[in-house]
Amino acid sequence: MSAVSVLQTRDVRRTFMLNAGFFRARRALHAVNGVSLSVAKGEVLGLVGESGCGKSTLARMLLGLLAPTSGAIHFDGEPVESIGRKALARRVQPIFQDPYSSLNPRKTVGSIISLPLRVHGVGSSAEWRPRVEALMDRVGLSPRLYRNYPNQLSGGQRQRVAIARALVMNPEVVICDEPTSALDVSVQSQILNLLQDLQREFDLTYVLISHNLAVVQHMATRVAVMYLGRIVEEAPTDELFGQPRHPYTRALLDSVLTPEPGLGLPETNLGAAYPNPVDPPAGCTFHPRCPECMSVCRTTPPVLTRQGEALVECHLYDSARQEAV
Amino acid sequence: MNAAETVLAVERLDVEIPLATGVLHPVRDVSFSVKRGETLCLVGESGCGKSLTALSIMDLLPSRAQRRADRLEFAGANLLGARERRMADIRGNQLAMVFQEPMTSLNPAYTIGNQMTEVLLRHRRVSAGEARERAIYLLEKVGITAAESRLRQYPHQLSGGLRQRIMIAMGLMCGPELIICDEPTTALDVTIQAQILSLLAGLQREFHMGMILITHDLGIVARVAQRVAVMYAGQIVETGCVDEVFAAPLHPYTQGLLQCIPIPGKTPRGEHLGSIPGMVPSLMGTLRGCGFRERCPYAFADCAQDVPLVELGPGRGYRCRLTPEQTGANAAGAQVWT
Repeated sequence: MSAVSVLQTRDVRRTFMLNAGFFRARRALHAVNGVSLSVAKGEVLGLVGESGCGKSTLARMLLGLLAPTSGAIHFDGEPVESIGRKALARRVQPIFQDPYSSLNPRKTVGSIISLPLRVHGVGSSAEWRPRVEALMDRVGLSPRLYRNYPNQLSGGQRQRVAIARALVMNPEVVICDEPTSALDVSVQSQILNLLQDLQREFDLTYVLISHNLAVVQHMATRVAVMYLGRIVEEAPTDELFGQPRHPYTRALLDSVLTPEPGLGLPETNLGAAYPNPVDPPAGCTFHPRCPECMSVCRTTPPVLTRQGEALVECHLYDSARQEAV
Repeated sequence: MNAAETVLAVERLDVEIPLATGVLHPVRDVSFSVKRGETLCLVGESGCGKSLTALSIMDLLPSRAQRRADRLEFAGANLLGARERRMADIRGNQLAMVFQEPMTSLNPAYTIGNQMTEVLLRHRRVSAGEARERAIYLLEKVGITAAESRLRQYPHQLSGGLRQRIMIAMGLMCGPELIICDEPTTALDVTIQAQILSLLAGLQREFHMGMILITHDLGIVARVAQRVAVMYAGQIVETGCVDEVFAAPLHPYTQGLLQCIPIPGKTPRGEHLGSIPGMVPSLMGTLRGCGFRERCPYAFADCAQDVPLVELGPGRGYRCRLTPEQTGANAAGAQVWT
């Protein structure tokens, strides 16, 4: 990839130790199990997958809120540990899913948005208010709301506060973790439009985590599909949606219910159960649910292969198999 | 249309809830009917009154809420004056409901088997063994493997998808004539959502039940329902069969909503989605005129007057001052929603 990568992870893993019970050995949960990603400057990387696949854990590591068990995360070529938590927060900011719990109910809107300025000691208190008000105006919040509390705002307004708080330090990367899934349809589109405008205006890089594939398709330039802690397919958006390669990606895309009557309900052919992440299946972790499972899938984990512009981790694309076909 | 086919008829339903600050009026003049073997979707954003409509049919409203209606008829019986004992006989028996949160609607202190058989033992003269057999039969129907061992499990031992399947199986225990599903898949992953919805649609056909599906997701409406009622600010603003409403929406709100959703392969990427400006009005006190007028790009002076439901044919209606020709022409020039 020729573009400059601003955020890079190399074989990042995060393991949580779970108590299985008194007198029992603690068991390992590999929430993120070897993820190598590179986010280029100015792009919108969509990250999709079912709940429990590790996308939020990955997001917390990218934010520096959680240290990886192994592997490395680089920001602008520098390991994040050496940048330091506070300096990293100036450059990478989050927008979380639930604007009802991500804002302190006892602080005013103005105080919430200006907190990063105070923490980092930017300017003097006299400069904060105009700066915050200008930003509030930009994200579509009336500056009149400066002294209001979050409980006086609607869900959409709260998410705008969260966006303003994320942008007040002029970060380079914004990690959006399900930014619209708690919102109503009409508000969701307002927030998506705003995020898109802000990205162009402030030259931002987004990592957009969502389970809504229609939203990801609309916003992202590149998409990574996660399954049980690993990225199983990664491709430019048009390529991924036009020519999905991994059977899991295909199943996900089939499950999108677009408002088009007459198409009926899709048959995804996925077995019901999402596997227990504490006890993942052998071989390819997707094989128990895979409609195209082969014998090799039960025993050997697949390796990442390049297919055109896509990277895919599936035995269907093994080079030996390709030649045989 | 055969009147005997209609399993539920609601006419002019109103719900009022007195609060310290005034009277909340979350359901206003709601009329609809459901036929046997038919799926009606109630769709709308949060706070539009769709769940309260369902609860008022079940007579499960909070005790201080007041329900008024001209007609509330279920399977030939009038539910309006029905006492609690009579309702308790109907609820879970001929009239079942599946709630949104399978986590909170199952009792954590009882096994699945206990909770499932209770419904049948309450309503039918069956032995515990027969009830167990029925529970196993239905668990298999909803695609649960090892059904017999599941009966001994507790809710916390099961995943969200499994719990929702159990809620559906439980709703079917007595073979209801109408099942009301309130956001049955909102808490679930997209892949599981598709499975649960296929399952519901299949069971509904097989048992020839009426179904009311409450959702905020127009994608679900399009794929599952035969008929749809779009709710806004406590009122039904548009109703009709799904094909008509999606192909030629008449109410500006329906038109706007459909512009808000990105459709892979159709919505140009990177361009603005449609959006509806403003916020839903407060439902406190009397609401005069069209509830949507402050957000509507076509609003004019007459919209401040109360708007009646305009009926265009059996089951097709909308609540707007504009003529169908006018709103149709408006829909063609969809640039308004930006």
